[in-house]
Amino acid sequence: MKILIVDDFSTMRRIIKNLLRDLGFANTDEADDGTTALPMLKTGKYDFLVTDWNMPGMSGFDLLKAVRADENLNTLPILMVTAEAKRDQIVAAAQAGVNGYVVKPFTAAVLKEKIEKIFERIQ
Amino acid sequence: MGNNSIENSSFDPDVVDALKSQATELVAQVNAGDYARAMTLINDLNEVRDQSLYREVGRLTRSLHEAINNFQIDPRNSEQKEALSKMADASDRLEYVVQMTSQAANRTMDLVEDAMPRARALQAQATSLRDDWQRLRRREMQPAEFRELYGRIDRFFVSLSEESEGIYNSLSEILLAQDFQDLTGQVIQKVTSLVREVEENLLSLVVMASHVDQMTGTVHDLSSMAISAEQGVGPQMNAAERTDVVSGQSDVDDLLSSLGF
Repeated sequence: MKILIVDDFSTMRRIIKNLLRDLGFANTDEADDGTTALPMLKTGKYDFLVTDWNMPGMSGFDLLKAVRADENLNTLPILMVTAEAKRDQIVAAAQAGVNGYVVKPFTAAVLKEKIEKIFERIQ
Repeated sequence: MGNNSIENSSFDPDVVDALKSQATELVAQVNAGDYARAMTLINDLNEVRDQSLYREVGRLTRSLHEAINNFQIDPRNSEQKEALSKMADASDRLEYVVQMTSQAANRTMDLVEDAMPRARALQAQATSLRDDWQRLRRREMQPAEFRELYGRIDRFFVSLSEESEGIYNSLSEILLAQDFQDLTGQVIQKVTSLVREVEENLLSLVVMASHVDQMTGTVHDLSSMAISAEQGVGPQMNAAERTDVVSGQSDVDDLLSSLGF
């Protein structure tokens, strides 16, 4: 299980990386925005994507749409971990095909619960 | 009514007097049948209106100019230059806040990442010793096993003492790494007061501009200025008091489950 963590703040990437490792997912890579993340995802190496929304360059929302539009990636599970809290945005993300939505600030328990829920649904 | 009073207040008293006296005379001349004189008076009235409009636009333009100058966008003297550098300084200060918070977060995470495996290792050793100790108390242990346990307890005490000191030091350094809050707090307060100052100047600029709009009858199309949330808008303030924003994860979960998630 290889996971890509996309966030423009290295501290947040590090926090998520640590939490994922505690959950047993030690195999992670990082990218700082959608523009960097998309070519990495296109290599097909990743089984799971955790992304922020608000990033310079390509936003997480655009990344979500790009992944869903790519026939090789359209089933990739995507968890959004973001400070974006507008109802319209959450509805838009759901409609664009996000698998889970965690709003910052979040706890380790919430992250764990959402990831487990996504895996449950896939299996 | 509000609009009328604003428009009235922006008219020069001299203009109002001229309007009143000429209007009275116009009625008098029309009643007297002197139409040529009445036409001249209408021309004069037109001129009074035009002149008052020019004067008003001129006055507003000057005020607008002053308001823009107050913004120190184009520094012309040392005072304005200083104010402009205050703005540049504010960006530097905020950059400093980003650096300080990032440093503190990374320092804290370094220490946590160092302390966590130590605590985990101590926990593992303690658990294994506790189980063996129980076996000893239940007299289920062979003498050879006991000798091995004896040695392990000895080593555990040594590592417990060393590791717990290391963990304590990490925690103490984590405490110190929070000192950024004091420094960044002061910086943010300074920048906030500058923003408030700019906000006040901006407000007078907006009031001024709306007067100019009123005089010239300009209507702006504001619909195209709506900000798209697609790029992301960042954290929301006062989320609990707003209905368009979720106030936490349980709100997100409720919203998503209402969408069939």
